[in-house]
Amino acid sequence: MAFEASPATPAMAIPSGSDGKPPSLGYNSFEPRALWNLILTLGLWAVAALGATPLLSVLYMLIVKGGARLNGELFTELPPAGFEMGGGIGNAIQGTLVTVAIASLISIPIALFAAIYLAELRPLSRISSVARFLAKVLTGFPSILAGVFVYAAVVLLMGSYSALAGGVALAVLMLPTITLTAEGAMHMVPQRMKDAAIGMGCTNTQVVWSVTLPTALPSIVTGIILAVARVAGESAPLLFTALFSNYWLRNITEPTASLSILIYNFSSMPFDNQIELAWAASLVLVMIVLGFNILSRFIGRPQV
Amino acid sequence: MAFQLVLPDSKSVSQAPSPLAYAVDRTFFYAAAAGALAIILLVIYILWEIGGQALPAIGRSGASVLVNTQWDVQNSSFGILPQIWGTLYSSLMALLIGGFIGVSIAIFLTQDFLPHSLATVFRTLIEMLAAIPSVVFGLWGIFVVIPFVRPAADWLHDAAGFIPFFSTSLSGPGMLPAVIVLSIMILPTVAAISQDAIGLVPYKIKEAAYGLGATRWEAILKVILPTASGGISSALVLGFGRALGETMALAMLIGNANQISLSLFSPATTLAALLASNFPEAGAIERQALMYAALVLLAITLVVNVAGTLILLWTSRKMAKA
Repeated sequence: MAFEASPATPAMAIPSGSDGKPPSLGYNSFEPRALWNLILTLGLWAVAALGATPLLSVLYMLIVKGGARLNGELFTELPPAGFEMGGGIGNAIQGTLVTVAIASLISIPIALFAAIYLAELRPLSRISSVARFLAKVLTGFPSILAGVFVYAAVVLLMGSYSALAGGVALAVLMLPTITLTAEGAMHMVPQRMKDAAIGMGCTNTQVVWSVTLPTALPSIVTGIILAVARVAGESAPLLFTALFSNYWLRNITEPTASLSILIYNFSSMPFDNQIELAWAASLVLVMIVLGFNILSRFIGRPQV
Repeated sequence: MAFQLVLPDSKSVSQAPSPLAYAVDRTFFYAAAAGALAIILLVIYILWEIGGQALPAIGRSGASVLVNTQWDVQNSSFGILPQIWGTLYSSLMALLIGGFIGVSIAIFLTQDFLPHSLATVFRTLIEMLAAIPSVVFGLWGIFVVIPFVRPAADWLHDAAGFIPFFSTSLSGPGMLPAVIVLSIMILPTVAAISQDAIGLVPYKIKEAAYGLGATRWEAILKVILPTASGGISSALVLGFGRALGETMALAMLIGNANQISLSLFSPATTLAALLASNFPEAGAIERQALMYAALVLLAITLVVNVAGTLILLWTSRKMAKA
């Protein structure tokens, strides 16, 4: 039999342009689509450069404006009143550290227990799926609403603004973040390791304490540090929970200053001294936050 | 016979868990369950607490608060239409700018425009942007963005004042500086989620497009972006959600003026900025109205975030099947 291509498929016919010649397979850089490609590439480089500019500008301003006041007095003195010169932000640094510490003490244990339940004990139960979904929703929760909630739940109850209320508001923001990252970290522990431990007769508690937690620890710590860094820079939840104070914090049931609220208050003042302090406080705050971020990168790096 | 059963003697290493171990295990289980329940209860408590505080205001004025435009403490007349408008308008504008730049950066970082090591550096720069506290952005906005955009804004107002967007002059704080800072703040969110979405596009699909002779941008615009569109839209929705709830930078930059205007240069206000500036000094009646405003903000962000999370869930399932 003769081997013929069926008429329906004119096999291997070279497609031809309108002029009947076969199209060129070469790359013509002046063809419209090649030019368009070049324009879009250049545009993309410009947009990327535009996206990186704000960060560089912020860092530049922080170093130039904030660096000018970066001296010992800044860390040890109280904020100045109206026309006073000098002064520092010592109580604001103290307040930020105290509120963040309170928030960590409250949220980390609850978040770790919740993560253990979600990742290890009952990953498929109804409670777990509801809690997981609500935690995701809570991470997108506007931070000022945490302030409104804690005002209603804690400040009204205790009868005054306090560092404790500020810490609780920050804890509300940390809880879902740490839960979700810790759950993810525990999922990364190879199932074989857990199976081996169960096969040796470990109880669930022993598996979690001796296998899952130690293996997942670097990622969990990374998640915690990132959450701490995030809330250290928060101001909206502190506005009407921790309020502000011009004095050192003596008791966690008193209102306290914090770096972020100090920046907010001083930014609208008509005095140069206060504006300079706001920049210096921003520099300190950004150094704390970025410091935590960099720390988390070192810890989170795979150990093996 | 050679086969002999060895019975465990009393010196065997293995043993059943002691009653104490059982007790510890039970306690641990309940503690963990309490942690998971705490998250659920926290959400319920938040809704109940804010809702309960807002109840008197809802009972007093009902839905009229949503359409009233006055915030008058003396006459106890509270309306949050300008705030709702300002929240949605600023967030949408920020989404237009920040979303465009964010998706562009995601393309820039994933489509081999940069060598791998440089891309890592650039990605770190963008992630650092997310770490800058909002109040620092506010300060930067006051002292850098406003002086920087003011000449351009005034020129636009003089030359093209008949366009509603430019119908007023920029006299300091206003919508434009707020939108610029807001778009910078949502950019890292959009860029990060979009990068993940683009990363999920199977390599084969891109190779096929290049194999057919597509240019790089034909492959990106006609193949990769449509394939990743689900993930990118969830990135945009979640970025929008972030913009809606952003407080401090807006409270510092938007000017807190109770008015509705299309103009980018006029001062405006948002729900979160209203809460931040009025809550600390509010009396009991005004505070109930503010709780109502908080409830509205909660409802808006909840809808947007649930939508974003669901889109993300849905597309990652679809991608897993493909």
